[in-house]
Amino acid sequence: MSKKFWEELPQGSVVLEAGSSAKFKTGGWRSMRPKWIEENCIQCMFCWMYCPDMSVKVKIEKDNKGEDKAVRADFDFDYCKGCGICALECPGKKGKKAIVMEEEGK
Amino acid sequence: MTTTAKPLGLKKLALGEDRFSYGHRMCAGCGAPIVVKQVLMATDYPIIATNATGCLEVSSCIQQFTAWKIPWMHSAFENSAATASGIEAMYRSLVKQGKLEDRNVKFIAFGGDGGTYDIGFQSLSGAMERGHDMMYICYDNGAYMNTGIQRSSATPFGANTTTCPAGDVIPGKPQQRKDLTRIMAAHGIPYVAQASPSYHTDLMKKVQKAFEIKGPKFMNIIAPCNRGWRSRTNDAITLAKLAVETCYWPLYEIENGVTKVTVKPKEKKPLVDFLKPQGRFKHMFAPENEDMLKQAQEYVDAQWDRLLKESAAGESEKAE
Amino acid sequence: MGKIVAVTGNEACAEALRQINPDVCAAYPITPATDLMQRFSSFVNDGKVDTELVLVESEHSAMSACIGAAAAGGRVGTATSSQGLALMWEMLYIAAGTRLPIIMPLVNRALSAPLNIHGDHSDGMGARDTGWIQFYSENAQEAYDNTIQAFRIGEHLDIRLPVMVCMDGFIVSHSIERVEYIEDADVKNFVGKFEAVNPLLDLDNPKSYGPLILTDLYHEYKRAQHEVMTKVPKVVLDVAAEFEKMTGRSYGLFETYRLDDAEMAVVVMSSAAGTTKDIIDQYRDRGVKIGLLKPRMFRPFPYQEIAEALQHVKAIAVLDRADSFGGYGPLFSEITGAVMSMNSKPAMINKIFGLGGRDYLPEQAEHVIDELIEIAKTGKVETVKEYIGVRE
Ligand SMILES: Cc1ncc(C[n+]2csc(CCOP(=O)(O)OP(=O)(O)O)c2C)c(N)n1
Ligand code: SF4
Ligand code: SF4
Repeated sequence: MSKKFWEELPQGSVVLEAGSSAKFKTGGWRSMRPKWIEENCIQCMFCWMYCPDMSVKVKIEKDNKGEDKAVRADFDFDYCKGCGICALECPGKKGKKAIVMEEEGK
Repeated sequence: MTTTAKPLGLKKLALGEDRFSYGHRMCAGCGAPIVVKQVLMATDYPIIATNATGCLEVSSCIQQFTAWKIPWMHSAFENSAATASGIEAMYRSLVKQGKLEDRNVKFIAFGGDGGTYDIGFQSLSGAMERGHDMMYICYDNGAYMNTGIQRSSATPFGANTTTCPAGDVIPGKPQQRKDLTRIMAAHGIPYVAQASPSYHTDLMKKVQKAFEIKGPKFMNIIAPCNRGWRSRTNDAITLAKLAVETCYWPLYEIENGVTKVTVKPKEKKPLVDFLKPQGRFKHMFAPENEDMLKQAQEYVDAQWDRLLKESAAGESEKAE
Repeated sequence: MGKIVAVTGNEACAEALRQINPDVCAAYPITPATDLMQRFSSFVNDGKVDTELVLVESEHSAMSACIGAAAAGGRVGTATSSQGLALMWEMLYIAAGTRLPIIMPLVNRALSAPLNIHGDHSDGMGARDTGWIQFYSENAQEAYDNTIQAFRIGEHLDIRLPVMVCMDGFIVSHSIERVEYIEDADVKNFVGKFEAVNPLLDLDNPKSYGPLILTDLYHEYKRAQHEVMTKVPKVVLDVAAEFEKMTGRSYGLFETYRLDDAEMAVVVMSSAAGTTKDIIDQYRDRGVKIGLLKPRMFRPFPYQEIAEALQHVKAIAVLDRADSFGGYGPLFSEITGAVMSMNSKPAMINKIFGLGGRDYLPEQAEHVIDELIEIAKTGKVETVKEYIGVRE
């Protein structure tokens, strides 16, 4: 006998899969889109720290001692909501921002 | 016990994995998820958290989608602290009975200002008095945001909210905000602190320090809300910084009764620098409401002066 | 063979909790339940149990702490009364909706206003729709036995629901009665080891409790919750059978007394059933065919089984120790619901009695039975719902 839909629901509505919100993409909320200008980036990681949506990606590379080193990578546009905090907080290089906001879809 | 605290350099931190995931549904530019991610990032201890009903809760766990990668529980609005105290009690009981391995678990109860200052105040006070080994973290966005920006006792003086609108007769909230951080300190608990996500190192150091202290801890963390503050989606960090620089939201801690200002602004900015970018204070800049700005500034000045005195007293106590 | 003692209902329930040794309990004082958790506190402080006792600042927090503790993954209990239960109301639904087995003796007491500390069922009846399993106990022995069985029922893997074990305030909670205690080891063995389901304390498999569920799934979750309730009677009977093997004391979903060949029946719960049984004996001696039905399990309500037990009677008086203002008494409503499925419909009356601890006297039972005799003869009911024992 096949189970009814409601019989398959988790007992007491507990969510068993940690971090499952990753399956819910919020990128579609964006009206503005951050653009990373790598040559102006000083790798301070402020954008990474302040992004409310964990949408600044990090690459792990090896430093010259062979140890892991975190490097700012591009944005995660699956989730970035385009709030612009990263762009506002980005110090950039010599007054030149490494993040600028552009209209989405342009 | 000597523990080496987790290094808080951003490059080092970025090697780790977030314990709060993307895909949550807080508004774009909300301060609360920044607070949560910084708190969870500050330590590698296992953490179990509870959450009062409110923006953070409804947006972080919807149906089968949870942003939490730690064990997390929401049950109701006014009881984050009581729920956490039950979990913590069960942990202690099972460990004591040898039914569970002691993994030095840390317990956090999260709540918004409404869930903390107001409806959850009794359960918070009770849990702190009972001495549970847990930390309560209030993310203070200064109103009941989830239900549409109603005033709470954390709402600053003069602010325009949907239940204390800037009307022709009553221009916004008539009362000053409740100073919950001091009230929590009055509980005589070992650690109380105020923090801002704009000063992430200060915030995370406080979290680290708190977790090395056994017993109840309380942290009040400012969490800008661009919808409720009528500001821009990109200014959460800027405003949380201005709050500190104007001494509206001083960064300090009270450890075993000793007060210490942890970040002293180089130059105390006028309060209007914090108020001006926020639409909720717009009416206060009308010529006829000049006095409101004065009152707001005077309150901040008085609070700050008192804090400095207490901090100085704390310094000299330490020196002795 | 257990030990025979002379104890109050509260003392007996506290003893049950000591024997069960829950991992966490929460307590907040309220008459007449105060004394129960007070006694348990002594067990904690004298090291007779391993329980972490959380001495909360309100009943709302008591239930919240129990909910947290139960989700954490362990055996949990508390006790309350009246206003305390009313303050918990919000959390009662959450305990049940989250499917957490929390066992709670409820010492039934009237609700304000006016303020009254004595026994009636207003508190328990107000919580009947919360999703908790509810048992009503006639005396201290039943309160003790029901408490022990409640842990087995609530924690059963097919069930996982909170359970309220009710006893009448003062009448049972504070009266000294003969109670037979079960041996500690037997109780321990009977309740068994607690099996955690989705414990929050399982750090390696982090779970989120308490999601927001809107229109697309809430209805289905409630459907599933209803389904669990349908499984409760079988578990209750299985546990009762095992309990009987251990103690010789037999329990069902309800108790019948001289009902088999009865033409008339009184339906009443809890301590008033004892008084009524005595009066029934007197009428039986005079050849009046009257019997009694005493529901034990009020939630889920065993409509079908009760209908079968009552199908041969011509007239039924339902005695409610609670009122639903502007409606019939809550027990009456359930019995009419049960009767609905019967082929021949008996005549029915509803008496509201004993509110705020008003004594339920033998002559009240006699009046009810006399009225039933008339109704059975004529088939005519003058007034369906009526207060009895009221000063006029
Ligand atoms: C007992 C109860 N009263 C009222 C509500 C409605 N309610 C839900 S969230 C909320 C506001 C939460 O405000 P706050 O704690 O400041 O958190 P925020 O939403 O601002 O993050 C209210 C009033 C509720 N859920 N429960
Ligand atoms: S725009 Fe906002 S959401 Fe997108 S990466 Fe920048 S800070 Fe994050
Ligand atoms: S804030 Fe700007 S400079 Fe710093 S890492 Fe991000 S993009 Fe680079």
